[in-house]
This record gives sequence, structure tokens and C-alpha cells, in this order.
Amino acid sequence: MRTLLVFSIVAVSAMLVLVFGLSAAASGRSVAGSSEDQKDAYRVMIDNFSFAPATLTVPAGTKVTWINRDDVPHNVISVDKKFASPVLDTDEEFSYSFTDPGTYEYYCSIHPKMTGKVIVQ
Amino acid sequence: MAKYILPGYSEDGIDRRGFLKCMAWAGTGAFFIIQGGVLKSFALGRMPHRLAAAKGELSFVQISDSHIGFNKPANTDVTATLQEAIAKINALPTPPAFVLHTGDLTHLSKPEEFDTLGQVLKGIKTDRVFYVPGEHDVLNDNGKQYLERYGKDAQSGGWHSFDHKGVHFIGLVNVLNLKAGGLGTLGPEQLEWLEKDVERLRSSTPIVVFAHIPLWAVYPEWGWGTDDSQQALSYLKRFGSVTVLNGHIHQTMQKVEGNVTFHTAMSTAFPQPQPGTAPSPGPLKVPAEKLRSLLGITDVSFVRGNHSLAIIDSPLQGQEQKGIPSQEEQR
Repeated sequence: MRTLLVFSIVAVSAMLVLVFGLSAAASGRSVAGSSEDQKDAYRVMIDNFSFAPATLTVPAGTKVTWINRDDVPHNVISVDKKFASPVLDTDEEFSYSFTDPGTYEYYCSIHPKMTGKVIVQ
Repeated sequence: MAKYILPGYSEDGIDRRGFLKCMAWAGTGAFFIIQGGVLKSFALGRMPHRLAAAKGELSFVQISDSHIGFNKPANTDVTATLQEAIAKINALPTPPAFVLHTGDLTHLSKPEEFDTLGQVLKGIKTDRVFYVPGEHDVLNDNGKQYLERYGKDAQSGGWHSFDHKGVHFIGLVNVLNLKAGGLGTLGPEQLEWLEKDVERLRSSTPIVVFAHIPLWAVYPEWGWGTDDSQQALSYLKRFGSVTVLNGHIHQTMQKVEGNVTFHTAMSTAFPQPQPGTAPSPGPLKVPAEKLRSLLGITDVSFVRGNHSLAIIDSPLQGQEQKGIPSQEEQR
């Protein structure tokens, strides 16, 4: 019974993520050019010691915002030293605008197991 | 009472009297003794009467992860719990020769957090406090501020060693220059220094290594390990008694590998979940009445002559550790 319940929660969560993911991507595309809306569309949430989504694909010129939802501080550091956030305490955020196409790998230098990448097209 | 004794105990001189002598040390929690490089681990129930430590022995205390500046559940006043830990140290029957702080002094590396820590630790009745940094102490400036405050007597990277009553102590730094996807790191420069540092020592010298992140793979999935620790430990292989004291994981855990005993200490600020029991290693939220049973100090004693070492974990409240897995292993 418990297993079933947990499974249901997982399944519903997965669907929600899917729906929100799609709508976020769609709105991101439709409003390209409006920096305010882009900010909403291209977010990376830091939660439970991980970046979500771990891989984010954006058009060139996009501003990406990372928001720390954890109880502990994290940061966002480019492996190639292209960008580096200050330490982000709970609910603090950091943004970076990606102008050139390419793959940008990053990690949390405090908890280096946390890695992610932004693919700029 | 002695729930667990590792094989081979008959060959290293622990007789009934010796055993009772060991037991006399036991305050709370786990208790260990090393003789001739073999560790005995006794899971203890209650041993309320600790004898005052034998004369001539070396006794010191480890505290860890005070996270000054942290203010969220389950502990919104980490300064108060640090003060309670200090009261516990000051109440020990034998004042510790010194105190080791194994890092995460502060939560966010803020100058005022370091200032508060310094003020509070002045209350410890001991000659000296030795430090190694945690990853929370080197935020934003790659450890510059930490080194200015605590690295004056250390090597340029913050690592250091000293001798006390025939025991060689080594403080290592494994929280700087961490690589994406990796664990804690010591780095080539520090490893080279370590190799040279122990070169002159006799193999009979007891070694105590202290560092923030565990020097053994506690749970690499959560970053609880150090990438190049095996190389560091290879320099210590010839020594008969090596004790490795770490923090970082906010709970006690122990492991024995050959002559090396690994031990992690509780935090004085907040507990963290047991490996793999939560989605992440974030702070464990526990009921207020349970908090102090999961925070505490570690009291370490050596008896000269027989290379014995005893590690006693004392929670701020309560006699026994709860929810701490027993991970005795050998070889």
C-alpha cells in the first residue's frame, strides 16, 4: 500500500515536471527577446545537492539564473573559469548571460559532486 | 557488555585486567583501543563512571563542524550548542592538553562568524586549539581569510604537524581546489610535504592525522571521501598506530584498515543523515528534544608504553549515541 502510494506520488511528480518543463520551454521560445520572461524560463534550481535541470539548452544571448533552494550554501563555478558565482545561501540567486554558442560545464566548488552544463545554441 | 571483539585479541596482551582498564575509560558511545596496531571495538551500553585518566597519558579533544552562522532548523542557535560542548570539555576529569577543531568553523566564511567562533573558543580550558579548514571556511576567497587567521604557523597551504608526548600529529587540508565531479583533495604539494614530514619518524611513533573531509570512502555518492587519500595513507603504512580523525559528515563512524583507525566526530551544530538514508546530505531536521543527543565532542586518550588509544564520543545530552551505525570492519 505504502509502496503504491509512493509510486503514485513519484508518477504524479514526474508528470508535473514534464508539463512544467514543456510549458517553460514553450514560453521561453515564444517570448525570446523579453529579458524578464527569459529569466523565468531559464532557471536552474539547486535542490538536494543537485542542479535541475542538470543540462539546460538555451539560444545564444540567454540569461540563465540559478536559485539555491537548499538549507546549505552552494555556488556555481564554470569548469573553464568562464563564470563564477559568489556563494549562494538559501534562496539567493545568480545569473549569467551566455552570448557565445558552446557547452558550458559547471559545478559547485563546495560540493564538487554537483555538476551541470548549459548548452548554448 | 563487550558486544564485539575483533578476532586475534588473544595475541596482543589484552587480558581480563587490561580489558577492565580499557572499560574504565568508557564514558559514552563507542569506545576503541589500539594495541600493537590491532583495534578492539566495544559497543558500549552505559558506563557512567569514568575514572580520572591515568597519570602521564596524553588526552586531547576533537570538536568539529561548529558552523557558526547557521540559523535554520534543527538548530537556530549553534553558538549555544558550541558553548555547551565547551562546558562539556571543561568538565572532563583530565583537562585536554589541546583541542583539535576539524573544520567548518563557520557556515559562510564571514568575518563576523570567525570572530564569534574565536570569542567562544576562548572559553575552553586548554593550552591551545589546532585547526584545519572545512569547505565552509574557504568560501569565495580560496581560503585566504582562514589562512590569515589560522595558518600563521602552518605551511603555505594550511597543513601542519607537531609532536606532543611522543605522538606525531598531522593536520591536513582537503577542502581547497576541488575538481568538478570529484571528492576532497589533498593535492601533490601537500602529499609531497607529508611524505617528507613522516620520513624522519620511527615506525613505532603513534600518528594522529586530522582533516575535515574523511580520508576514507565513507559515501562517495555524497562526496564523503578524499580522492587522493590512498596516496597519503601509503606514506603511513609502516607505522604501527595511525589514527585518522575527521569531521564533515556530522555523525560518528569508524573503520579499521590494517593499523589505521578512521573515526569521524559529531558536529556541535546540526546532525546530517546516515549515508543514503535521505535524498541529500543536507541538515537533518530532528525534534528539539533529540538534537543534543546527536551533537557532541570526541575525547581521545593515549596511554604511553602500550600504544593504546581510546576514543570516546560524548553527546551533549544523554549517555548513548542513537542512530549511529556501527561499521566495524577489519582489513
